[in-house]
Amino acid sequence: MKTFNLVITGVGGQGGVLASRVFAEASLAAGYEVRTSETIGMAQREGSVISHVRIGEKLQGALIPEGTADLLVSLELSESLKGWSKLSPQGQAVINRHTIIPPAVGLGLTQYPEAEIVAFLQSQGNRVRLFDATSAAIDAGTARATNMVMLGALSTLPNLPVSADMLWQAAERILPPRLHEVNRKAFLAGQALGACPQATPLVS
Amino acid sequence: MMTRVLWIDVEIKLDIDCPSERSMERILLMSLTTETPSSRQLLMGNEAIAWGAIEAGVRVVAAYPGTPSTEVTEHIIQHAADYGIYAEWSVNEKVALETAIAASWAGARAMACMKQVGLNVASDPLMTLAYLGTKGGLVLVVADDPGPHSSQTEQDTRLFARFAKLPVLDPSTPAEAREMTKLAFELSESLKVPVILRPTTRTAHVCQDVEFSPPPRPAIPLPPLHFERDPNWAILPTLSAKKHRWLNACQKDMGRWFVEKGLNRVVPGCSDADTVSVGIVTGGVSYNYVQEALANLGVSLPVYKVGGPTPLPAEDVLDYLQGKQAVLIVEEQEPVIEEQLTVAAFHRGMQIPFFGKLSGHLPREGEFNTNTVQAALRRYFAEVLPELSLPEVPAAQAGLTDIPAPPLRTPILCAGCPHRNSFYAFKQALKRQDALFTGDIGCYTLGVMPPLRAADTIVCMGASVAMAAGFDRVEPDRPHIAFLGDSTFFHSGIPPLINAVYNQARMTLVVLDNRTTAMTGHQPHPGLGWKGKQEPAPYIDIAAIAQACGVEWIRTVDPYDLPSMISAAKEAVEYPGVSVIIARRDCISIAKRQIPHQIDHAACRRCGLCIRQFGCPALFEAPLTEEERQEGRKSGAVRIAREKCFGCGACAQVCPWDAISPEVQR
Repeated sequence: MKTFNLVITGVGGQGGVLASRVFAEASLAAGYEVRTSETIGMAQREGSVISHVRIGEKLQGALIPEGTADLLVSLELSESLKGWSKLSPQGQAVINRHTIIPPAVGLGLTQYPEAEIVAFLQSQGNRVRLFDATSAAIDAGTARATNMVMLGALSTLPNLPVSADMLWQAAERILPPRLHEVNRKAFLAGQALGACPQATPLVS
Repeated sequence: MMTRVLWIDVEIKLDIDCPSERSMERILLMSLTTETPSSRQLLMGNEAIAWGAIEAGVRVVAAYPGTPSTEVTEHIIQHAADYGIYAEWSVNEKVALETAIAASWAGARAMACMKQVGLNVASDPLMTLAYLGTKGGLVLVVADDPGPHSSQTEQDTRLFARFAKLPVLDPSTPAEAREMTKLAFELSESLKVPVILRPTTRTAHVCQDVEFSPPPRPAIPLPPLHFERDPNWAILPTLSAKKHRWLNACQKDMGRWFVEKGLNRVVPGCSDADTVSVGIVTGGVSYNYVQEALANLGVSLPVYKVGGPTPLPAEDVLDYLQGKQAVLIVEEQEPVIEEQLTVAAFHRGMQIPFFGKLSGHLPREGEFNTNTVQAALRRYFAEVLPELSLPEVPAAQAGLTDIPAPPLRTPILCAGCPHRNSFYAFKQALKRQDALFTGDIGCYTLGVMPPLRAADTIVCMGASVAMAAGFDRVEPDRPHIAFLGDSTFFHSGIPPLINAVYNQARMTLVVLDNRTTAMTGHQPHPGLGWKGKQEPAPYIDIAAIAQACGVEWIRTVDPYDLPSMISAAKEAVEYPGVSVIIARRDCISIAKRQIPHQIDHAACRRCGLCIRQFGCPALFEAPLTEEERQEGRKSGAVRIAREKCFGCGACAQVCPWDAISPEVQR
């Protein structure tokens, strides 16, 4: 099989590492070789974080080369752009519409061009699914389950190495039982969002 | 069984509070080991090293946390009781290594773990240890951080090892890291030298599927150990001269051992017929990038893989290069293999062209990836084999240039972080005095970020204290404030504090005591009263230490109480000697979240103080609405990201308009 490459971007503290582990564990259970590489350390303090997950046979390095990711998942709107160069021209992207405004914006040190980013992502057509996963997670019970909404949404895409059931089973194995219910709700909410082909950008 | 124990641990930790996503994530990841008793499992490199050490029968492990090395010791501590291992978080890397030396000399297999800059701290015992050697196998795990992602330097531990004349094992993958850990103990015992295992970030923090089951547990207690007296354990100049000759004589044996064990070897090409007759020598994670790039380019050739880069058994590499037209050496960080090989080729009178860092084909800084290596391979092949046809360089991805620029997002102190309050209080207290703030290594390093800008200097662990006193020598009329954390205080803050008192400096030390070693994932330290698995331990009081160091002005303050913090800051700076403030408040990742705050938009005058001077990431300015624009407003409404707000209440104290208050709970 051709290597399946997944890039997960987000802001430190959003649960991107956990999402990458769930995907990796599910793929392992499905019998594939797996490599992941995560950002651990200083960047986890509100910085940009990126996880690489590679699934397949005869894998080498854990880092995904430019332009070869089959799927980009971003837990935050602008962070999707930090992983964009990894995405292959045919690759798909599942992106949380929620914004996390860094304090540097308030200080005038940088800008958050929200409208431009949304317009760019819309211009990518069907290969981008954009929805507010954070709101869906809050509705499910906690903003911390945003990563589960994203996993639920990506599980609806075609041609994945793992099924939605396998993803949820991996999440169940990793999460402590007391968190299963809220995460299950979030996962299902994500599936509903992902299954909707017209998951159009929300107006903030 | 093991899984169950781990799950219970998760539950306990979760019950303490509702930890932030981050710390919870860490706890969950720690628990992934051994879901099933025997099967293919996802092992992180550091976890694989931990299991390798356990499989090798390690008996004593001592470490100080540091990214990317921390998880090795965390995993060993988790399983220590089952395997009769003594494992500790030491106060610093020097102490950790000395602890391991004692164990080794008593005949135990021992390990000391640290990040690359930790080896600087441990270098004093290391240099002598290299002369005196080991009895039980002694392995140092020293994790390098090319990039760097989370370090103050990109130093290459292989170069440090060359300085100390010690062997290094350089794994490419987690699976290899596990095997090399076991081999490192063997090598240490067979040649009586300490061995350095040197994972880099992309081994230490990479997960790989590995065939693995936990080794059987030994009968506990393990057989007792006994240190045998011998004059060879006490260094004196005469012994040193003798042992130096011994260490030099060992160098060839180390290299030979690498070759015998197949750590340094030729890996055949991927197809039956090799496409070209040029050489590639590589090691560590670069090996992965070379193989992936060769596959992408459709080129098959035997690659020389270096698992033992120092001391390099260069003759074996030169044998591989015999008859080749040229060689490309691919290694991250410093040209350690390249330089050793160049010298050896010169002595053999070998004249083939060398490509690598010294020729400018590969960078000497930063991390590699398949793209970097593939570009270097293309250039190499084009220069030495112009007739070779390679696949077209893929066109730049269409539309990549149209991407809007995302906002700059640097790491910052968390919402609710008590360090922010301490920095803010000192900035407020000293705003007219141009005080100099010396910073240190830990989460509070991030105090350097705007808007606080509360670290004028950052050097290394503990430097803040000596440097504040040092600045006092040259600028006695300026207030000098040193900031360092609780764990760092124990690591290396005490000798400079004694020095400042003894040499009568005028300065203020602020110990940012958040009751944990936060940056590396909440390891304990001597000021907490508990150890690595929450077992009780003597509590060592920072204020009592400061007092014993001769400090006469000491105050413990809660940084969540900003007015008290500000007045303590003013008083401390007025004191004509060494003053110490202990700013004590639990890290938000180990504390219970409080009631989120809200903004009264009628009272808020959008002065921006909370954003532009305090800078909590839970506060942000919403974009101006059309209506507001028409009203002539210059700035958008201030909002609180409810999911981020910790409820510390600092912003309510910062706000001059009483516009921020806790949400009314239904």
